[in-house]
Amino acid sequence: MRNTTPLLRGMTQARYGRRDMLRFSGLTAAGLALSACGVSGQGQKPVAADDFWQGKKETGNLTFANWPLYIDPERTPLKKFTEATGIKVDYREDVQDVAAFAGKLQPQLAAHDSTGYDMFVLTYGIELARFLALGYLAPLDQSRMPNFTANLGEAYRQNSFDPGCRFTAPYASGITGIAYNPKYVKREITSIADLWDPAFEGKVGMMSDAQEIANFGLLLNGVDPATSTEKDWQDAAAKLQQQRDDGIVRAYYAQDYVQPLTNGDVWLTMAWSGDIYQQNASAGTDLEFVVPKEGATIWTDVMCIPTTSEAPVDSLKLIDFLYRPDIAAELTEYITYIPPVPETQNVIREHAQQASGAKRKELLELAGSPMVFPTEEEYSRLHNYVSVKPGKESSFTNVFHAITQA
Amino acid sequence: MRRKLTPYLLALPGWAWLALFFIVPIAGMVSLSLTSGNIITGFHQTFNIGNYTEALNLYSEQLFRSLFYGLSATLIAIAIGYPAAYWIAFKAGKHKSTYLLLLLLPFFVSFVLRTISWKFTLSDQGIVLGTLKNIGLLPTDFAVLNTAPAVVLGLAYNFLPFMVLPIYAVLERMDHRVVEAAHDLYASRLQAFLRVVLPISLPGVFAGGLMTFIPTTADYVNATVLGGPETTMIGSIIQTQYLVNNDYPIAAAITFVLMAVLLIGIFSYARALGTERVMEVQAK
Repeated sequence: MRNTTPLLRGMTQARYGRRDMLRFSGLTAAGLALSACGVSGQGQKPVAADDFWQGKKETGNLTFANWPLYIDPERTPLKKFTEATGIKVDYREDVQDVAAFAGKLQPQLAAHDSTGYDMFVLTYGIELARFLALGYLAPLDQSRMPNFTANLGEAYRQNSFDPGCRFTAPYASGITGIAYNPKYVKREITSIADLWDPAFEGKVGMMSDAQEIANFGLLLNGVDPATSTEKDWQDAAAKLQQQRDDGIVRAYYAQDYVQPLTNGDVWLTMAWSGDIYQQNASAGTDLEFVVPKEGATIWTDVMCIPTTSEAPVDSLKLIDFLYRPDIAAELTEYITYIPPVPETQNVIREHAQQASGAKRKELLELAGSPMVFPTEEEYSRLHNYVSVKPGKESSFTNVFHAITQA
Repeated sequence: MRRKLTPYLLALPGWAWLALFFIVPIAGMVSLSLTSGNIITGFHQTFNIGNYTEALNLYSEQLFRSLFYGLSATLIAIAIGYPAAYWIAFKAGKHKSTYLLLLLLPFFVSFVLRTISWKFTLSDQGIVLGTLKNIGLLPTDFAVLNTAPAVVLGLAYNFLPFMVLPIYAVLERMDHRVVEAAHDLYASRLQAFLRVVLPISLPGVFAGGLMTFIPTTADYVNATVLGGPETTMIGSIIQTQYLVNNDYPIAAAITFVLMAVLLIGIFSYARALGTERVMEVQAK
């Protein structure tokens, strides 16, 4: 098992000098005195790309943390990667919640320790901005990433979190919109305001994540999340508070809203495009997904390599491999989220031509789905997340957690 | 000389363990709870008592709610667990261990999975509520999921074995002749239970109560999975402050407030029931 290697190394190599030992033996006695110092600055000095990559070698193994259900169960793209390069991938579905995952890694990264992950997926948002500000992420050596440079969609290069994608490589994007179950909702849902409709009292699901819920409050008020101010946050929070106080919200979901929506526990809910597409495709449900007229948000999950990665070269290779259009298409066919490689749409159409029957229909639907390949008009209604300055997160999240966690 | 030292030497690993993994971290947390700053600039020691007042101001509601949920879950666990333990100890005969195993069997399944399966069971149109609604016993908009009762029942269910086992252990060791003696002295079955069996079993109830009340009060899984907008417990707040907001001082301050409240509660509880008897019975 790869995760045991740091432990093994720790046991087999003399990692502590004599002075370290002395310091360590004094630690218990000095525990009280020491602990009075608080926690010092958490940042690392930023590294230049050349310095970081100098002398780094391939190890033949890498550990990759990602969201659950974000690759096919057979892990086909990873198997192909291993075939092509000989590098083994230990793939873990450990990211259940970006904030909690990042929070868990924080102390290890601050101490400049290995996190056990050589690369992981985060989302363009508060946590990623913080990691960038603290210098925890390795600069990507794009000169060694031919597929990435050739195939990454132009829109992704121009994101506000990491302009030029110097530290991050988009994995997939999705839309946070509204999903509803037509079995219970007897009219067409078109706007965020429908989530405030007293007719759906106790049947509306909202997301518990501060950034997600903030976006919907802001959009309802006609404010663009990306440029919102603290005053806007307060106003949005007031709207969300009223929705809660009126008993309209059934629950605030982290990511487990699909089953309640299918069961009828909630009738309409904030939802991620790919989840609804997958549920309809796999469970045969007829859930509807809409990009509300006030707008919705597009989020992007990105792959990144921590500076403490033990296999940065292997990770870089895997990232680049996932940008091969045929691999990206395969990935998209399973996860049904928006791929960062525009060419994917054509590849999926080609796959559809080669397939037949149900499979062909499914692939054509996918290539034509606005949930996976949004139209220009829909793109124009999609906004980025609120950009919160690192160090200011608490003032943002506290405003919204006061609603979702009261 | 050496003989005198032996017990201390034997106790040494235990003390070292406690010092390293309990006392040092606790001291570190106390210190952390008094710092100010943020994750970018670091947290600096300023002996900022304000963290505690802020924690209490912002989260006293969730704190009292958690205590209330914990207490309710504990009482429900006693109400369900005591008869179960009593029955297994006195009436199950030679199949005692089979019944104990059956009782514990569901708890071999992961805690989170068990909690999530309640979500299916209690769903508005699910096997229980859906059926009752179809035959007209419940109004169609009746719901259990995402309410306080769902959270409390989830807690009581998940921690039931911690209540049953200590009570069972005490009852099982009880000398049956004392009950016969009570009957010989013309006690009715109820009197024999109230005046003989119950007092003997109280230490088990005490131990079970502690083992249920403390973890249920600090739990956050049940509230997250089964709860709704009005059921956030203090455990979720600590988790959010620590992992999501990275506001370590506030998280540490809430932790200590919770710990203090629990300790005060437990000491008064121990006073009321008398801890010496607990020790006495455990020693036998």
